[in-house]
Amino acid sequence: MKFYFEKRKALSVKAVVLVPVVSFVVSLLLTAVILFIFGANPLATYAAMFGGAFGSGRAFTETLVKAIPLMLTGLGVALAFKMRFWNIGAEGQLAMGGISAAAVALFASPWIPKVILLPAVLAGACLAGALWAGIPALLKTSLKVDETLTTLMMNYVAILISETLYYGPWRDPNGFGFPGTAPFPEAAWLPRFAGRAHIGLVFGVILAVALWIVLDRTRWGFELKIIGNSQASARYLGISVERNIVMAILLSGAASGLAGGCEVTAISHRLQQGMSLGYGYTAIIVAWMAQLNPIAVVFVSLLMAGLLVGGDQVQMMMGLPAAMGLVIQGMILFPMLAGSFFTEYHIKVVRSPKAAVAAGGAA
Amino acid sequence: MIGLISSILTITLRAGTSLVYATIGEIFTERGGILNLGLEGIMLMGAVTSFAVSYYTHSLPLALLAAVLVGAALSAIHAFLTITMRANQVVSGLSITLFGSGFASFLGQRLGPATNNHRLVGLVGAKFESFRIPVLSDIPIVQSIVSQDILTWGIYLLIPLAWFYLYRTRAGLSLRAVGENPQTADAMGVDVFRLKYAYTISGGMLVALGGAHLSLSYTPGWSENITGGRGWIVIALVIFSMWNPARAIWGALLFGGINAVQFRLQASGTNIPAGFLNMLPYIMTIVVLVLITWWEALSKKVGAPAALGQAYMREDK
Repeated sequence: MKFYFEKRKALSVKAVVLVPVVSFVVSLLLTAVILFIFGANPLATYAAMFGGAFGSGRAFTETLVKAIPLMLTGLGVALAFKMRFWNIGAEGQLAMGGISAAAVALFASPWIPKVILLPAVLAGACLAGALWAGIPALLKTSLKVDETLTTLMMNYVAILISETLYYGPWRDPNGFGFPGTAPFPEAAWLPRFAGRAHIGLVFGVILAVALWIVLDRTRWGFELKIIGNSQASARYLGISVERNIVMAILLSGAASGLAGGCEVTAISHRLQQGMSLGYGYTAIIVAWMAQLNPIAVVFVSLLMAGLLVGGDQVQMMMGLPAAMGLVIQGMILFPMLAGSFFTEYHIKVVRSPKAAVAAGGAA
Repeated sequence: MIGLISSILTITLRAGTSLVYATIGEIFTERGGILNLGLEGIMLMGAVTSFAVSYYTHSLPLALLAAVLVGAALSAIHAFLTITMRANQVVSGLSITLFGSGFASFLGQRLGPATNNHRLVGLVGAKFESFRIPVLSDIPIVQSIVSQDILTWGIYLLIPLAWFYLYRTRAGLSLRAVGENPQTADAMGVDVFRLKYAYTISGGMLVALGGAHLSLSYTPGWSENITGGRGWIVIALVIFSMWNPARAIWGALLFGGINAVQFRLQASGTNIPAGFLNMLPYIMTIVVLVLITWWEALSKKVGAPAALGQAYMREDK
């Protein structure tokens, strides 16, 4: 008896749904082993995490607060990954969005009518995120410079720029030495609807639906898909690969920039330390677990936000490190990656060696 | 003046040491056709475990052993996912980094003694000390090279050995064949899968040693994000070295030098904001990457193993 891996003709729908769910469960089981080794009760810990993230109205709004930036950056990353453009710079694009929003809200507000101040602030955030992603995109399409490295390096640069600003020239003179800018004028505040949960959620959901429609129902989306599958065939079909990649990556960066804009206008109302808690990196997990499907990103970001909020709760209640949420998140992709093998291949069992040769010849 | 140069060279070599270990480790992995973007996570895990072991056992060999084992375990996951399960190498490497940095941070908040609230931050463990060699340690410049600890001395040996292994031995030839053209290597009787596993795992061990150097020698102790992106800079250094271990020293000296100059300028109290100085290594990485890519395109010289990043399937026709 011999085993063969045969490439499926079409992706298995059952596997596409099952793999992320099973991966999540496997990741919980593996983390339970770690918790057990460190002398914590895994069941009690998970119960506390779940309660802390979804157990009450207040808990759920905090989960939403963290889900919004994950959703926006996750959508940006998913779009980039669809083009096989490995944008791991969502963290920096988010930071640049926050910086640019702060610049408009603090320094341009006297010249902007109040009614359009907030849209102008958010537009500034999108623009900055797009520009920050656009540089690696142009370097990639014009000189073939590896984008994983450039996008990642620009994260560090963006975060250092924001620190330099709020520790230095932008520091609030009335802030008692607190590292952060002055608060924004109220016209630049993004409205909240429950607790700290804000209408950035609406942006996230609208963007998810819009992206799904564009990718699934429009000519442009079709072109992007072809480029993602094979740049050679896209070129053969007369599709402008470079232009489309740059446009998609500008959009990808704009989504992350908007995430940063929402964080500063809705949560902190100023630029300060702790704007991003690594959302741009978690976005990679969100996008991959959602299998790059924009609608799925919405739900996966809620789940991942729950892990972050639950992790904080467990730290307060049981003294376990909050980084536990990160451990579970980090572990999810391993079974995901192993499992996606089964969405593309299936195992063929061949009984006699003769049949195996025949099967091998036919494959 | 010579004193200043000498002190900058000392810090440069010290700062460059972890980069050399990781660069050579990744060169071996990539020569086998496997791109491992998990370096940042592996270095962090190497740093946290080796520091914890040095704190509790005061044994530096055991601390290094712990780092090497952790590096082997993490890169074995990457090897299994990308070689056996044929997963996307970029995403698998990213997951190693995400998991490694999350888990390292968890361990840093949990492995410490109860008296320190279970944290490792702020503790002092055993660390490597620089040698003092009679006469040589008194000559400027020479002193910067010889008055170093055993890990920095290790790179003086590792660089020529790695070069010799890759270019002058049969095993090195097989490795290069696997990265260039696995089908041909397979036909030559090389066990492609076994070699890919072996070099991904041993490469990961060297990377973890680079991480251990940070917490046991360069900045002794544990702090969150102790690597500061070095794992990513190393990926650029591999490209910069054109996959040749002998050239690994130049990138390490360049980036170690940036660290040293940063260090000097900050110590002398310049009015350049610290933020701009801290940005230097990252901006330099981008600049170096652009220049080397541009130069490669102009000279039509490609150093990258031809089959880098591709899953190898025996049944593929």
